[in-house]
Parts: sequence; structure tokens; C-alpha cells
Amino acid sequence: MKVTIKYFGLLSEVTKCEEETIDFSKTLISELLEELCIKYPNLINKDFQVAQNQELVSFDTKLLSNELVLLPPFSGG
Amino acid sequence: MDRYNRHIILSEIGQIGQNKLLSAKVLVVGAGGLGCPVLQYLAAAGVGTIGIIDFDVVEKSNLQRQVLFGTSSLGKNKAEEAKSRLQDLNDTITIKAYLEMLTFQNAIDLFNQYDIIVDGTDNFETRYLINDGCVITGKPLVFGAIYKFQGQVSVFNYENGPTYRCAFPNKPKKDTVPNCSEIGVLGVLPGIIGTMQANEVLKIILGIGSILSGKLLCYDALSYQTSILNIKKSENEIQKVLKNKSDFKNQKSEVHCDSQSVEISIKEVWNNKNIQFIDVREAHEQPKIKGLNVIHLPLSAFLENLDLVEKDKKKVVFCQSGIRSKMAVFLFKKHNIHNCYSIKEGALEINKYLKKSNKQVSNE
Repeated sequence: MKVTIKYFGLLSEVTKCEEETIDFSKTLISELLEELCIKYPNLINKDFQVAQNQELVSFDTKLLSNELVLLPPFSGG
Repeated sequence: MDRYNRHIILSEIGQIGQNKLLSAKVLVVGAGGLGCPVLQYLAAAGVGTIGIIDFDVVEKSNLQRQVLFGTSSLGKNKAEEAKSRLQDLNDTITIKAYLEMLTFQNAIDLFNQYDIIVDGTDNFETRYLINDGCVITGKPLVFGAIYKFQGQVSVFNYENGPTYRCAFPNKPKKDTVPNCSEIGVLGVLPGIIGTMQANEVLKIILGIGSILSGKLLCYDALSYQTSILNIKKSENEIQKVLKNKSDFKNQKSEVHCDSQSVEISIKEVWNNKNIQFIDVREAHEQPKIKGLNVIHLPLSAFLENLDLVEKDKKKVVFCQSGIRSKMAVFLFKKHNIHNCYSIKEGALEINKYLKKSNKQVSNE
């Protein structure tokens, strides 16, 4: 299936894009993240959470949505 | 009540709502980019008691976004400067300035004196400390954080709602996430995010609208794209904090301190010739230190006099109580001056110790 992934904050600097659509054939979000980490090796060192259907979910959740948000915590103030 | 007329004529607020604001107590941690707009609107709205905790001083590069300060504020403590500006904005409310660092030791007692805590800090160490302190004291936490052109806003620990750790359970490793001073930030962004935080504070006090509890608002200033993401409560994360409650005060703050402590005792250093001793008290403060070679670098004129510091020597800073000297060590680090330590004893104790030790030396 086609999944659109949005990268917030400094993640878009790692991926050099704010969003992209990729083909994904497996089932878990963690499996999708593995593929992304192969594509963007620097992603492994980044802290981030994942949201699908406007909800923060754990990485071992099934991918149910066509859109995924990857968001890092911000520290600035 | 002319001052609050535009509030009072709103049916959602009225005199009853305004009275709620006047009796509310809000603590703002950090008077920087986020803290300034939060404080400005809380003071204008008539929040009756406002606490400001910040040990940092105003620098020129702050003025691009920290709107409570002007050129006359340079080199002065942020909490105190914010207080004097806000007291002019609203002289009918009580404003308390705490010129100290928020630590595991002072957080609980401080939080207990307020109804709502606002996070306007700029580092993860303090953000997790604030979250845990709010969980332990049962206070709602109005959270805001920024990165370049994007911001996050939420209300944590509100009526048993999710906490910061429910959204971000793992504290990021040091240096994996840069902050504003390292990467820059659009000046108006903390203004927008801080104003949203002030809005949440007012809504909580007034009991109107829907609170951003269990929701993380993500905002992009360039595209105006706003996402509101739901956060699930993690009982596990909350219980971990509560389980360590009795040990909370014994934890060490690692903020700006490279994990090892910067505090030392006069007993460890008094006899070392290769140290530059720095007194950061103001010129009028007593007692003067006898028996040590000391340079004076008052905090009020700190940044202008940094060239007096000998870069290749170990630097040991002291003051009246050990608090300002810790601030000074932080400021040194910020300006890339390393190998600095703070004497935990105050000037009075230092003198007593030196008197005793020098006597022993001359008797030997």
C-alpha cells in the first residue's frame, strides 16, 4: 500500500523532505521504520514518536493509516 | 475595575471569572522566548500571583524574541527584569522573582505554592524535571516547545490526564537535539507558541473551552499547518515517577553541568596556587575575602568583564551563599569558558575556614 510519511522538526533535515509517499507491503509500523532507517541511516540516532490517525502510537502497532507522522520532541524555548 | 472591563463584559468570564484570575497562582519556569509572552499576557489578564524562576541574564541575542527586555536589561537577571517590566504593566498583582535554577531540591516546595506550572525552558533535563515535579505535586503543566519554525503545545497532568512522559517516554540523549542558541529560531515563533500557552492557562483558570489535555498541538509557522495529535495516558510512565517520589529530592540536576558536579568545597582548593578565584558578588557586599588572591566579577557586569578571566587556569567562583556562583559557572560554560567550579560555601564560611587553615599553616 501507499503510505505518506510526514517528517516534523529536525527529521526533515535528515530525510531532506517534509513528506514523501512510499510503497509498503509489510504490516507493522516498526517494519516501516526499519525500511526508513535503511533509506536514511541517520534516522537511527534520532528520538521521535509516531502518530497515525492523529494519535501517538507505539512502534509495534499495525500500520492502519495511509498517513504517518514522525515527530521528535522539541527542547527549544 | 476599568482595567479588566473587556474581560468582565464577556459573558464567558464576567466578574466571577475575573475574580478567579485574580486569585490564581501561576509559576512560569524560564523567562525566555516562551516565558516572555506567557508572562506578558498573564500579568495583563490579572493573574493575581505570578512566579518567575530564571537564573540566566539578558544577552543582546535574546532581544530578537524575548520581548519583555530592552537594551537597558542587558547583563541583568531575566526573572528580575521581567518582574520590573510586568509590575509596570500591572501594579495590582503580586509578582515573585526567583533568581535560581530549578532543581530537584527546590521544585516540589516551589510547585506546591502555585496552581499551574508553565514550562518555558530550553532543555530536556529541566522539561523532564518539571513534568515529574508536576506529577508528584499534582499540578497541571502547560507545555510549550519550539524548533526553528515549528512549535508544540500541550497541557499535561490535567485532571489525571496524560503527562509529558506519556508522549515522549525517553529523555533524549544529550546533544542529539540542538536548541535555539545553536541553530536559530524565527523570533515570532516563541511569541505564537507562548501566547497559546497563556491561552491554555487562562482557560484552565476560567474553566472555559476545551483544554489541550491529552493532545499535542504541532504548529508550523511557515505553512500554518496545525496538527492536533492525541496522546494516550501511560499509567506505567506515571507510576514510575510516583514510585521514585521519596527519592526525587536526592537526584542531581545535570543541566549545563556535563554530568559531573561543578560544586566543590573551599577545603579542596584553598591551598592550590594555580587557581583563579573569582568573587561574583557586588562591590558593596561583605565580608571581603582575606588570604586569597581574588578577582571581582560582579554578576551585574559579568558579560562585559569576561576578558579578566584567565582561560588556561582552573577557575573557582564564590559568592554569598553558593547560588550566584553556580549561575556564574553556567554563564562561563555558555561563553565557552571551561574548567570552572563553584564553591558551595558562602563568603562568611570561606573566611572562617581560611582563618583557621592559615593559622594552622603558620603554626606548623
